[in-house]
Amino acid sequence: MKPVAFRYERPESIEEAVALLAEHGDEAKVLAGGQSLVPMLNMRLARPTVIVDVNRLPLGDVARTNGSWHVGATVRQADPRLAEIPLLGQCLPFVGHFVTRNRGTVGGSVAHADAAAELPLALTVLGGSIVTSAGRTIAAEEFFVTHFTTALEPGELLVGTRWPAAQPDTRHAFEEFALRRGDFALCMAAAISGPNGLRVAVGSVVDRPTVIEIDPAHPGASAAEQVEPWGTLHASAGYLRQLVRILVDRAVGRVT
Amino acid sequence: MIHVTVNGRRYFEEVEPRLLLSDFLRHTLGLTGTHVGCEHGVCGACTVRVDGVSVRSCLMLAVQADGAEVQTVEGLEWGPLQEAFRAHHALQCGFCTPGILLAASDLLDRGGPPTREEIVDLLSGHLCRCTGYEPIVDAIAAAAETR
Repeated sequence: MKPVAFRYERPESIEEAVALLAEHGDEAKVLAGGQSLVPMLNMRLARPTVIVDVNRLPLGDVARTNGSWHVGATVRQADPRLAEIPLLGQCLPFVGHFVTRNRGTVGGSVAHADAAAELPLALTVLGGSIVTSAGRTIAAEEFFVTHFTTALEPGELLVGTRWPAAQPDTRHAFEEFALRRGDFALCMAAAISGPNGLRVAVGSVVDRPTVIEIDPAHPGASAAEQVEPWGTLHASAGYLRQLVRILVDRAVGRVT
Repeated sequence: MIHVTVNGRRYFEEVEPRLLLSDFLRHTLGLTGTHVGCEHGVCGACTVRVDGVSVRSCLMLAVQADGAEVQTVEGLEWGPLQEAFRAHHALQCGFCTPGILLAASDLLDRGGPPTREEIVDLLSGHLCRCTGYEPIVDAIAAAAETR
């Protein structure tokens, strides 16, 4: 299992990185922490001709501005500064393992848009957004299109993510079920309860993180009715629907 | 060409961009203490420290280590951690051991003694098919106490 041969570029500025992406289009892949991309390279599921390594770009900031946290694209998942961000701190321990979080980035996980990834779900349920090199700010709910597909245009680089800061009287819960600790989730649910009401989203059982309207009297049951999970080798569609019911009930129970 | 310091020794090597750091350490430098298992980040056998932080060497390109300081099991000074592994019978075949030692040394360097839960969480990223993990948890906890 070795990657195919490729050209390696290590730009020092965002402009240079964007120019490389524009020049090479679909042939280029952005390398951030590499905890998803490098396995795909090793298994040759990804065969880019150019790798654009963004690790030396100045995208490592975490800053609080106007009620939200800006997290630079290459901030590592193990970064202790992330613990202050509501919900994100709760779900990071579920992202891979101690060692992979040392290298994996917040921006990389969001841009990769794996339907079973925790960070896209957290960003979506919080109503966060994605900041791009083209100066666009894209709401998470519009950013995630389907499996491994986002609203990023060719030649556009994710430069950061925006996470709403903690609000008074607001509670957050994240629940996940995976076959092994650190493995991809079979099902995830997140809930936020505050002055603006209750907001629930589910992941893994849908093709992108999805906010759902629930019946507060029957949160889990009403959520399970709204998803159409595809069965997998590990879990049938009926089993996954049952997981939705249980995890949504648990998440909502923790915030209300 | 990359400049990299491995276990305190400086190297200046020409590498193909697709060469993984794990293969660079093993094949280019001959440091075979870093083991290779799954090559997709699950088994933990290839874990090394880059600029002090434990990482999967199979998920880094050697070119990305340009300018960095890498520590492998060959460069890990003998101390309470290895002694505890011996005392608690925390290894049999030893395939997973180098990766666990490097990850555990990172965890132990981060301050106060980790909780048992934190050690178990760390080991979720390291597959061992011999000992059944409990002796490894005991060894890391014991090493933390003697620090």
